[in-house]
Amino acid sequence: MKPLLRLLPYLARYKKTLTLGILTVVGSNLFSIVQPLFLGYAIDELKAGIESKIYVTSDLMLWAGLIVGFSLIAGFFTFLTRQTIIVVSRHIEFDLRNDLLSHVQKLSYSYFQNKPTGDLMAHATNDISAVRNVLGPGIMYPSDTILTFVLVLTMMLTRDWQLTLLALIPMPLVSIVVYRVSKIIHDRFTERQELFSKLTTRAQENLSGIRVIKSYVREAFETDEFKKLSWEYMKKNLVLAKVQSLLWPLMFLLVGCSIILTMYFGGLRVIDSRMSIGTLSAFMSYLLMLIWPMIAFGWVLNLLQQGAASMGRLTAIFDTVPEIRDTEKTNHSLTDIEGSIEFRRVSFTHKYAQQATLRDLNMKIEKGMTLAVVGYTGSGKTTLVNLVPRLYDVTEGELLIDGHDVRSYPLALLRSSIGYVPQETFLFSDTIAENIRYGLDNGDSHIRDAAEISQIEKDVAEFPKQFETMIGERGITLSGGQKQRTSIARAIMREPKILILDDALSSVDTYTEEEILKRLKNFMQGRTSIIISHRISTVKDADLIVVLDKGEIVERGTHDELVLKGGIYADLHQKQLLERELEEM
Amino acid sequence: MHEEEVLGKAYDARLMRRLLKYLRPYRWHVAFGIVMSIVISGMEALRPYFTKIAVDKDIASGDKVGLLMTALLFLAVLVVRGLIQYANAYLTQWIGQRTIFDLRMEVFRHLQNLSLKFYDKNPIGRLITRVTNDVEVLNEMFSSGIVMVFSDVFTIAAILYFMFTMNLGLALVSLSVLPLLFYGTFLFRRKAREAYREVRLQIARINSFMQEHITGMLVDQIFNRERKSFEKFSAINGAHRDANIKSIFYYAVFYPGIDLIGALSIGLIIWYAGANALEGTVTIGTVMAFVQFNEMFWRPIRDLSEKYNILQTAMASSERIFQLLDDTSILSAPQTPAPFAHVNGEVEFRNVWFAYNVPSDGVQSPEWVLKDISFSIKPGEKVALVGHTGAGKTSITSLLTRFYDVQKGEILIDGMNIQHVKPQDLRRHIGVVLQDVFLFSGDVKGNISLGDSSISLDRVKAATRVVGAHRFIEQLSGDYDAEVKERGATLSVGQKQLLSFARALAYNPRILILDEATSSVDTESEQLIQAAIKKLLHGRTAIVIAHRLSTIQNSDKIIVMHKGEVREMGTHQELLSQNGIYRRLYELQYKDQEVKAPLA
Ligand SMILES: Nc1ncnc2c1ncn2[C@@H]1O[C@H](COP(=O)(O)OP(=O)(O)O)[C@@H](O)[C@H]1O
Ligand SMILES: Nc1ncnc2c1ncn2[C@@H]1O[C@H](COP(=O)(O)OP(=O)(O)O)[C@@H](O)[C@H]1O
Ligand SMILES: [Mg+2]
Repeated sequence: MKPLLRLLPYLARYKKTLTLGILTVVGSNLFSIVQPLFLGYAIDELKAGIESKIYVTSDLMLWAGLIVGFSLIAGFFTFLTRQTIIVVSRHIEFDLRNDLLSHVQKLSYSYFQNKPTGDLMAHATNDISAVRNVLGPGIMYPSDTILTFVLVLTMMLTRDWQLTLLALIPMPLVSIVVYRVSKIIHDRFTERQELFSKLTTRAQENLSGIRVIKSYVREAFETDEFKKLSWEYMKKNLVLAKVQSLLWPLMFLLVGCSIILTMYFGGLRVIDSRMSIGTLSAFMSYLLMLIWPMIAFGWVLNLLQQGAASMGRLTAIFDTVPEIRDTEKTNHSLTDIEGSIEFRRVSFTHKYAQQATLRDLNMKIEKGMTLAVVGYTGSGKTTLVNLVPRLYDVTEGELLIDGHDVRSYPLALLRSSIGYVPQETFLFSDTIAENIRYGLDNGDSHIRDAAEISQIEKDVAEFPKQFETMIGERGITLSGGQKQRTSIARAIMREPKILILDDALSSVDTYTEEEILKRLKNFMQGRTSIIISHRISTVKDADLIVVLDKGEIVERGTHDELVLKGGIYADLHQKQLLERELEEM
Repeated sequence: MHEEEVLGKAYDARLMRRLLKYLRPYRWHVAFGIVMSIVISGMEALRPYFTKIAVDKDIASGDKVGLLMTALLFLAVLVVRGLIQYANAYLTQWIGQRTIFDLRMEVFRHLQNLSLKFYDKNPIGRLITRVTNDVEVLNEMFSSGIVMVFSDVFTIAAILYFMFTMNLGLALVSLSVLPLLFYGTFLFRRKAREAYREVRLQIARINSFMQEHITGMLVDQIFNRERKSFEKFSAINGAHRDANIKSIFYYAVFYPGIDLIGALSIGLIIWYAGANALEGTVTIGTVMAFVQFNEMFWRPIRDLSEKYNILQTAMASSERIFQLLDDTSILSAPQTPAPFAHVNGEVEFRNVWFAYNVPSDGVQSPEWVLKDISFSIKPGEKVALVGHTGAGKTSITSLLTRFYDVQKGEILIDGMNIQHVKPQDLRRHIGVVLQDVFLFSGDVKGNISLGDSSISLDRVKAATRVVGAHRFIEQLSGDYDAEVKERGATLSVGQKQLLSFARALAYNPRILILDEATSSVDTESEQLIQAAIKKLLHGRTAIVIAHRLSTIQNSDKIIVMHKGEVREMGTHQELLSQNGIYRRLYELQYKDQEVKAPLA
């Protein structure tokens, strides 16, 4: 139950409403608690009437009227209870979900690389709604239950304390059983939720990769795998059902025992004339009044256990400290970035990786210069550029921008100064304009300019609604090259001080690439840029070219220097020249 | 808003009948469950009856032994009832779980069969919801729902029976409030439905937002868009909250309202008893029993709103599930598929016209992506497709693997129209390395064999060696067993391409399609692959798409695509001499490379 304590600050925000809500619970209980009393009086009166043969209708009418009247008032209070406590629970659900998203937004890149998407989605919906159940019904019913208990007990005790104690013999048993059972429910529920996450993740992967699955005719295999998981999930559910099914019959049985005890011992008293039949009737009514709270109690315990399990899962996310964030080391007096970048003995090891991906890098790029990075697949080029916008932090050494450690810049300033075109394109299902603008409020002419430079403009002109055309799930499908060019436009649109192109032209055809490069040349004037490419033609004019091999800089210099040196770069150059000559034959 | 987010009727007999079909295999279990719940409710109705006996017979006559016997009998009934209740609760859960397991597998299987056209139109996030949450929701209906309805109906019937046999007048009086109850429930249902519909809509929106923005979190962060995205999310989240708050109001009125009607009924019982007590037709025990009946009678009705919720959710979910199951965008499989076990690898496109979207009105002409495409490839030939992005190259490969069907013309392999064979048989002969690499979470080995047990580890290793992927794989901890994260998140893009390449080779296809397969791979690996393919492709047909003309210049045939049409066709030399698009592309790529102006 401990995880639920985390909800206290949220509850505190709605203190007043909640207090009011609890008061209305008191109100509705007070007014419904006296109803059996009226009933008891009515029955006694009826009995007296039958025995004395005196007409009693008017008195009975009074009791009947009181019962209805009090029920009306109690009902009004119940109405208020729901309008306060349950409504608050929806507010807190809202707060909690917002907080979850804004926390997740702060988590660093490596977190998402290692966490399945389906898992996070399950948290935002299933787990939060389990917690919401604790907040609404989980507050309303227990306060209701406890109050009913206390009131009913006082009523009963003042009437006949011995009979009351007799009737309550089964109660301690109830609490022990409930405690035991709910503990088991908690554990099994957690296991079940975990399997549900797995199931979601499996479905998500299967559906995202459906093209591959169909190409390789793996449908049957995938179905089998999914079947195994579903089956296991079903079994987990049944194991949970085994204990859950126990709760209610047990409650019923125990309350039933109370009724029998009351009936027997109360009956003896009536026979011995130590108690009126009306009182016995009231007693029975009171016990019946306890049935619902008892059931609710078991149900609420169930809710609480599930809520606690879910909150535990949520807490695990909330407690993940974003690795990369503004800290006390952040220097808020830094408000501008010029664009010079320096790597000083930088090494980097990926999370959970065994070896370092980057080793002892040293280089300096002045403002406005172009750095080109080449190297074999997996040599660490992407990792290197990811250090600049702090998608990762260096594990050794320092990365300096304008002479300051990159970690001393406010994250927002740093990232808004960088235009990054990732190697893998991601666009949102929104309009093209929105994807390029992406949060900036610049005018449409800027969008056009950016689209012109990245050469997506001509394509866009042929789309049904031009820049307002929806893309992705709810719109048209772009080809790989079109996506890449949109992504380039998005980076350019921000007029960044530092431009990073990670193999950003790989899916663009030669002609278009040429056109883009021509326009970029102009745009990159005065901006620092880092370009990753496998093509000599793209990188040869850079001010500095570094060759990465297994995370180390093995060669550096200008194109001409490197060609003379006769290393990897020269070899690459040779190969690409050869290709060309072959073609010209 | 999407059509399928619209909520249908709250109760739809057609849907219900279809849902009930899923219970068929378990009909004896259901029957047994119903019998048990009837027994349970019969026992439930016995409780006030015992009270009446105790009061009117035992207590009234001062029979202490009789009272004890009544109490013990009552206890015995209770214990038996508890046991049956437990068995029944478990049984209903069992039925529910089995049924939704069946249904879930049916949905999943169906999804595996649907064509890509379907996937183009339906966001993954929504489909996941179908397989998981929507099916899950039906659990409640299948388990407690159906059986409970029977048990409630029976409870009410039993109570009515006892009431009417005990005292006709009292029964009529206490039931006189029913019209009020029905009207109230009717009003409530109408309102609650509207509110519920709104809630569902907003939940769906929350789900798709999460799915998209978690996948694209990197972009959100790099471009500093967290704040804006958050605001967008918060708005959806807020709409969800408000919709819920609206529905709370209706519930807040409904529950106390039902209680009030119950109290009214008790008032009427007292009044009637008072009026008739003197005639001696009403005993004290009867009144007490009626008060208890009243309580019992009201419980199922009180629960009604909850059951109504279950029903409503079940209807909405099942409607969406059935809509999915009824989706027929499955490629028509031929009735009697032609055998297709061996293939030489001859490919022919004959006047093929193709559009992704055909306007449904049939009047507008579709936006053709491919127009009148014809070409043929002899077995063992290597053919290259070139052209600007969007020219239709990938579309051609998608048609060959029959991800989509052509609108006009036909595609033949070894002279056989591919629509005459089973798509699965067709695809077994074709290996595709797609532009967008997709890796599954699991291990390296599994990503290459895709779980095909006929592909041995040695074959996997051989395939990786061909493309040079073994070098980095052997660096990973656990090499071929090394963990691969969702979408291969911890591998470099080039590495992922190499793996996907190895995958195609491991399957040893007759026809190989390479769509920009090496765009993110370094030159050395690329040349390695080129050399390997040359060796490997000996006698196999290959279709290669590449922007780098260097990789395709030794093809047997080059097909130049432009705006969905084949514009030029021939060998490298022939095309160069033709002075057309190809030549222009070629010159652009290689003109004056050495004297290009500096980039910055
Ligand atoms: N998140 C990660 N966790 C562990 N290893 C990683 C991660 N990302 C990349 N790597 C590994 O680091 C190496 C360099 O990757 P990357 O920088 O993407 O290469 P490239 O030079 O092709 O861009 C590769 O061996 C890759 O497998
Ligand atoms: N699944 C799809 N649905 C609708 N339109 C598509 C789809 N895939 C591609 N297109 C459109 O078809 C045209 C041709 O695309 P494609 O065959 O991918 O070109 P290429 O491979 O030559 O770059 C493009 O205009 C593209 O936007
Ligand atoms: Mg890379």
